[in-house]
Amino acid sequence: MIYGLSLSACLFAFWLLLSGYFEAFLVAAGAGSSVAVALFAHRMKVLDREGHPIHLSLRALTYWPWLGIEIIKSAWNVSRIILDPKLPISPTLVRFKPSQRTIVGLVTHANSITLTPGTITVEANEGEFLVHGLTKTGAQGCIDSEMDRRVTRFEGRA
Amino acid sequence: MAGLVDIASWICLVAGGFFSIVGTIGLNRMPDFFTRMHAASVTDTLGAGLVLLGLMLQAGWTLVMVKLVFLGLLMFFASPAAAHALAKAALARGLKPRLHEEDPSSKRS
Repeated sequence: MIYGLSLSACLFAFWLLLSGYFEAFLVAAGAGSSVAVALFAHRMKVLDREGHPIHLSLRALTYWPWLGIEIIKSAWNVSRIILDPKLPISPTLVRFKPSQRTIVGLVTHANSITLTPGTITVEANEGEFLVHGLTKTGAQGCIDSEMDRRVTRFEGRA
Repeated sequence: MAGLVDIASWICLVAGGFFSIVGTIGLNRMPDFFTRMHAASVTDTLGAGLVLLGLMLQAGWTLVMVKLVFLGLLMFFASPAAAHALAKAALARGLKPRLHEEDPSSKRS
């Protein structure tokens, strides 16, 4: 129920912000469609902790800025590699075991790795990630990393 | 004050353009599919992010800024998923990445 209310409210806010029109008909249409979509989501059984993880929104406020800074740092490193005349790359594949226990946590970890330039998650399974890194040190930096610990803290208790 | 915001906005736009160009240069210089993806990710994280930030500063506190934020969020969630799907598909179809150990002549540029 709380997920249904929260999803309806989010969708309605999304509608209002995208439309920018505040006539009675359009606002009512927006409210109606938000509730309808939430009902459909409930009927499809995707309205749960995994599909609409509101319990993470507070912790996202501390995790995302940290991730942003990591993205800037690694984008800068990759830019320097690209502009280096010698092109000092050492592509490496690494396999390792992520420490998250929830699907949302694993997806967050895999997406964070892909989002930071220089590393791409090629395979993401429950007990094992396969990561391709532009440099050997970058790829090996993904194993038991700071990011791994932070995502585990971010997902909280399953 | 308005002048200051304008300057910050232009710095962001120019820096975003610079990183987009760097990503494109990398796309051309890298030797294989997987390393090219790394170069491209510079463009769609820092390049696109800085351009969006610059445009947000231009827009000020309006609905346009909100839409730019949505655009940023969309890229934040969709681009790693797309990159992952691409890399996984390439590996599944048997495209072997050139790895450092197997390939001591990787000094090619």
